[in-house]
Amino acid sequence: MTRPPTAGELGLCLCHSCGLVCDMTGEPDHCPRCDAPLHRRKPDSLNRTWAYLLAALAFYVPANLLPVMNTMMLGSGADSTIMSGVIEFWQHGAWDIALIIFIASIAVPGVKFVVLSLLLITVQRGSAWARPERAKLYRFVELIGYWSMLDVLVVALVAALVKFKALGDIEPRVGILFFGLVVVFTMLSAMSFDPRLIWDSPPAKEHPDATRSH
Amino acid sequence: MDTPERLIICEHCDCVYQTVTLARHQKTLCLRCGAVLQRYSGLTIQQRLALSCAAAVFWLFANFYPVMSISLKGLKNSATLWDSVLALSQGPITFIAMIAAISIIIAPAFQLVLLIWVLGFALAARRSPGFTLCMRWLETLRPWSMLEVCLLGALVAVFKLAGMLDVLPGIGLLALAVLSLLLIRIAGRDVRDLWEVL
Repeated sequence: MTRPPTAGELGLCLCHSCGLVCDMTGEPDHCPRCDAPLHRRKPDSLNRTWAYLLAALAFYVPANLLPVMNTMMLGSGADSTIMSGVIEFWQHGAWDIALIIFIASIAVPGVKFVVLSLLLITVQRGSAWARPERAKLYRFVELIGYWSMLDVLVVALVAALVKFKALGDIEPRVGILFFGLVVVFTMLSAMSFDPRLIWDSPPAKEHPDATRSH
Repeated sequence: MDTPERLIICEHCDCVYQTVTLARHQKTLCLRCGAVLQRYSGLTIQQRLALSCAAAVFWLFANFYPVMSISLKGLKNSATLWDSVLALSQGPITFIAMIAAISIIIAPAFQLVLLIWVLGFALAARRSPGFTLCMRWLETLRPWSMLEVCLLGALVAVFKLAGMLDVLPGIGLLALAVLSLLLIRIAGRDVRDLWEVL
């Protein structure tokens, strides 16, 4: 397949902050234009992505098991988890809202775990399988990343509004903290992953004749 | 070989291309991985500055007017964005209040201040003091500004509460809607153009 030359082959490097094409002769540490650190690949990308991902996965369990808010109505209180909120909407016939919350809060983090693990494992194996599709998957994960924050903000607004003491009171519960942490850590995980690694083939395997003169 | 200024590198797969001038509604895609390389923006510096100032006004409205108010058996209550951050800050979960505050209040505010500062000087064809730092912060803040999520959250909250009590969307909600749309338009990637024109 003919493809355009890569930055590595031309001795160039992209500055992630300002988008400048930097000449890497003399190995500069910082972008000459915006002074951001320069690196050909994000430093320690795979380890950092794994670390953030596993941290997020650990928080995902309490985020789903612990209650995210407590609703007190006329003296009777009830804790609700994220899933019970979804079920409640569903039972009241508001299937569209139930679907939005389900997608944003449960499906999106789940999809992120699966996709990021898949990307990490295939990159570590130096796989050449379905590269354009994997690149697309990464962009998808980046795009959907922060929508999971939805439930945190819903709980915040609802808790701020319903403050009628004995008549009715809604309070946030500790589950929402873990849930927010899941969102933050999956975002950090996706940010530390370097999609260019998908295209880097292990030098020994695919390009036995390519001299590494750059 | 071209000078590095006329080249562009795909940030998703490292392919190198020459930049092209785009017409309206055009964008360039990477041949290998399909990522967007360049996108036509079409906003002049004046327009961007004007939109940023408008967004700053909407930010004020979104923050100082209640997003919505509720009533239950004659009792009334309303909440602003700041109230909802405070609602999270009680008890052992204070940390999440900080995340919420950053994503719906602080990050958008900083984005707007930096944009107005940088664009104001750009209007006079000058680089503002601290230009480099401002541009890098704009880049760093972008993923953490989540106003459009907040907007959807507010709408979900309306539905959530509508079952038990009367809900009235406030001025803040309207301002939030406009502000989130404006921010998508002005705080996006094309701010980077300033590096080239100044």
